[in-house]
Amino acid sequence: MSYIEDNLDVIVIGGGHAGVEAGLASARLGLKTIVFAVNIDSIAMMPCNPSIGGTSKGHLVREIDALGGEMGKNIDKTYIQSRMLNTGKGPAVHSLRAQADKDKYSKTMKLTMENQDNLKIRQNEVVEILVEDSIVKGVRIISGSIYYAKAVIIATGTYLKAKCIYGDVVIHSGPNGLQAANYLTDSLVANGIEMYRFKTGTPARIDKRTVNFKMMDEQKGDEKVVPFSFTNTKEDIKREQISCWLTYTNKRTHEIIDNNLHRSPLYGGEIEGTGPRYCPSIEDKVIRFHDKERHQIFLEPEGEDTNEMYVQGMSSSLPEDVQKEMYRTLSGLENCEIMRTAYAIEYDCINPLQLKQTLEFKKISGLYSAGQFNGSSGYEEAAAQGLIAGINAGLKIKEEEEIIIDRSEGYIGVLIDDLVTKGTNEPYRMMTSRAEYRLLLRQDNADLRLTDKGYKVGLINKERYNYFVHKRQAIEIEIQRLSKVIVGTNDKVQNILRECGSTLLRSGITLKELLKRPEMTYKVIESIDPNRLPLSSDIVEQVEIQIKYEGYIKRQKKQVAQFKKLEKKLIPEDINYTDIKSLRIEATQKLNKIRPLSIGQASRISGVSPADISVLLVFIEQLRQQKIIDSK
Amino acid sequence: MLNDTIVAISTPLASAGIGIIRISGDEALKIISKIFVPKKSMDNRNIVSHTLHYGYIIDPKYNRTLDEVLVSYMLKPNTYTRENIIEINAHGGLIVLQSILSLVLRSGARIAEPGEFTKRAFLNGRIDLSQAEAVMDIIHSKTELALNASVNQLSGNIKNEIEKIKKNLLETIAHIEASIDYPEYDIDELSADQVKEKMEKVATKIKYLISSYDNGKIIREGIKTVIVGKPNVGKSSLLNALLKEQRAIVTDIPGTTRDSLEEYMNIHGIPLKLIDTAGIRLTEDIIEKIGVNRSKELMLNADLILFVIDSSECLTTEDDEIMELISNQKVIILMNKSDLNKKVKKEHLKEHLREMTIIETSALKFEGLDQLQEQIKNMFMIGNIQIDNETVIHNIRHKQSLEKAIESIYNVIESIDNRMPEDCYAIDLHSAYEHLGEITGDHVNDDIIKQIFSQFCLGK
Repeated sequence: MSYIEDNLDVIVIGGGHAGVEAGLASARLGLKTIVFAVNIDSIAMMPCNPSIGGTSKGHLVREIDALGGEMGKNIDKTYIQSRMLNTGKGPAVHSLRAQADKDKYSKTMKLTMENQDNLKIRQNEVVEILVEDSIVKGVRIISGSIYYAKAVIIATGTYLKAKCIYGDVVIHSGPNGLQAANYLTDSLVANGIEMYRFKTGTPARIDKRTVNFKMMDEQKGDEKVVPFSFTNTKEDIKREQISCWLTYTNKRTHEIIDNNLHRSPLYGGEIEGTGPRYCPSIEDKVIRFHDKERHQIFLEPEGEDTNEMYVQGMSSSLPEDVQKEMYRTLSGLENCEIMRTAYAIEYDCINPLQLKQTLEFKKISGLYSAGQFNGSSGYEEAAAQGLIAGINAGLKIKEEEEIIIDRSEGYIGVLIDDLVTKGTNEPYRMMTSRAEYRLLLRQDNADLRLTDKGYKVGLINKERYNYFVHKRQAIEIEIQRLSKVIVGTNDKVQNILRECGSTLLRSGITLKELLKRPEMTYKVIESIDPNRLPLSSDIVEQVEIQIKYEGYIKRQKKQVAQFKKLEKKLIPEDINYTDIKSLRIEATQKLNKIRPLSIGQASRISGVSPADISVLLVFIEQLRQQKIIDSK
Repeated sequence: MLNDTIVAISTPLASAGIGIIRISGDEALKIISKIFVPKKSMDNRNIVSHTLHYGYIIDPKYNRTLDEVLVSYMLKPNTYTRENIIEINAHGGLIVLQSILSLVLRSGARIAEPGEFTKRAFLNGRIDLSQAEAVMDIIHSKTELALNASVNQLSGNIKNEIEKIKKNLLETIAHIEASIDYPEYDIDELSADQVKEKMEKVATKIKYLISSYDNGKIIREGIKTVIVGKPNVGKSSLLNALLKEQRAIVTDIPGTTRDSLEEYMNIHGIPLKLIDTAGIRLTEDIIEKIGVNRSKELMLNADLILFVIDSSECLTTEDDEIMELISNQKVIILMNKSDLNKKVKKEHLKEHLREMTIIETSALKFEGLDQLQEQIKNMFMIGNIQIDNETVIHNIRHKQSLEKAIESIYNVIESIDNRMPEDCYAIDLHSAYEHLGEITGDHVNDDIIKQIFSQFCLGK
């Protein structure tokens, strides 16, 4: 039966990592919000790896936190191991990663949502998007009742027409045996949305009691834990950590895989979706790197209150009996018992080129989307998009200017710009090498980059903002001070230099110059810097990084200035590219499809050449001059 | 990018007596003050616009005088681009123009994109709105031409060489990036010393390529176009007609040209090395015989052959013999003396030399020459003919990209020497790769990620 059930501001379809951030952001902006999930026990569920962060993903989480999102806070509450990766390398690629207690992560997030003002959680399946005159009006759920809203955010993850596959077993369900959403795709297609079909996979979970850890290498957490959220200190989140374990595949493993490849659904044609290069199944790895004698496999605990362990590095869609045989070839897993079988999952998602940089559909006003539905992969990528979609849906309703994080401001910007400008033909994973201004987009300075924006939007409260402003000032003041304090060639100074293996001074030098030497640290020069004020470690870290890498940072800032110039050259929204005769045909088609916001964005579209950009610039100038004449 | 200072040789690249180099942009005055020494001293801060100054272009690095020139100063806004414009009127021919251009580039300008002066003129409001379409057309057509020319000017060897360097760089980048993005995988990390060693090798290779340009070989090179035919069919007349001057001695006595003659010309910006040869025939004259043998040798090494026949006479065994010799080459057949009675039919020629272009010409009356030039241009654009495969950089744009690449490589080495971490020197590695990509026309980021996953086995 069809009836009107409710009238809201924002409807979010899906309660995964994207849906959660979208729902919370919108509600926190004061908008009446509802989040639908096929099963509300699966809110913020982690159906694959039990960790948050890692290279580039850790950067995303800190950016989410700086903007006022929830992921960082939630993992700080529920982590069971924390590591800063890449500490042997430069600061730009230091990456924070935490193992999560999956169950606690999900429950804690659900409770946060339940207690959020303006936010309703509803278990039900959305089957239809209601659109009138290219404006979204609301949704219809499976019971027939209608929810009206000013904006709708689709965050269906891997649930649309989902199909889980291993061997010759095909189950029409979402991840983890949860009910798939089988109707919404048709409604989207009817509204002219172009769909893709992607594939991803997950390894088996095994029983901890059947693992011989003596045969494996232990991977402990860091002693000094860095929180994800800028609102936490390391003391706030101190706790007992649980180890991960490292083992390897061997010749026997690879033989078993080779011998059973014909039983893989990939070869039988059951799987049609495009899988990511970023998480290949173990059979992919063995085929593609046949000469590699062994592959690393990590055993990661799924939580404190469970014996399940995640076998990272061994996702598979081979039949169950083959899986058992192959897992048991690993050192330490000889007697392991599988609790959940590894599987591949196929799902419907969209071609993200249909989205604006605000994550709103170009063709349907008020309809936004985020997460794996947009062709990305990963919890963090999903959450980042969810947050932006939630903020922008809210800002649009409040008739405020929507936000776009650009490529020079954050990994979030790189992620979204890549998706909506370049598109993707496989689930998109964030990587630090995708960020051209990596040295500026560090995980340590996410707050400096984005807190202003979060405050302006309304997700960062006054107290936190004041604290932040104070920190920012303190960093600047300290750098100024260090560039003025000069130390001479006295014995005390020379002794310290000698101890650090540094070249001795011939004449006076500022502390700032001294700190630029790779072997010198802020701490080491303490005794020759008597007027120093006590500063917190995060401030010291910024001072050190900004001084040590000053030259490189300056150069990247110069590149950014160039980049911004082109980003600021906006293209009129109503431009008709087919009017521009001198564009090459490929460029016309691409520009018409993607409809870039700025000359900068246009120049990143593959198939648009520098000459096309020149032609476009001339055409825009022509339009502008014409308008001036017309208005006279 | 939108308002930096650009430069180009704005006269045709033919071996004319005079050429103009035009510089436009905010830095134009600063750049000229570094390289121009006027005869009468002038106050650089109080330059009178639209004045002409006599003096010398001197390379400050080697204190070497490149040319005696006239420099015109035109200050904004009353200029073509509405920016400061400097024009250097030089006399030294193409080699000198190229070296002045190089010097200007070294002093801080960037080589202008095709049609860029016109583009700026329009964007800065100098050109009337009604001209916008024409401006876009100019940009479009000039770019297509330049792009094709630029790609085709990469000889096979150079292209291979650059691809090799790029591959080398890409593998290094992918290796570093893979160990950054997958820190826990068992990838043998590249040490800074290893990277440095690799980069030193790369730098040597790039340096060699750059020096090939600086040696001035560009002028020595061009599409090696050999004019062949039996004696007295009008080969030398054709050369003269193309060059529009009396370069070769023309008589009606067969065998007048005993040795080969080389000349350079430009067809729509494409450099051509025209070689007139002695007519091929059986001869007892020793000197002529040497000439004939040399002609045959030149034919074999030609990039393009212009086979001239006398269409007013029937074909002879000598023509047949030449046809035999050139059957595997790129050939344009010229039925010369089309102003006289025609005795040779196109159809007859087709039987012998299938799929070769046949053009009727009269070198004496300058007929059919436009068609010939057009045909050469087309063959070059579609890559049918290429400049011969020597490892030489021909194109100033390529040279500039190589220079930027090597600068980035030096930055990498410097960073490593200063013990900076990989995320610092990765910036320069990326830009080195980017600059090389400008030559071959590839995009960086996608390459890197593709390479990471084909080189290493990664992922959960």
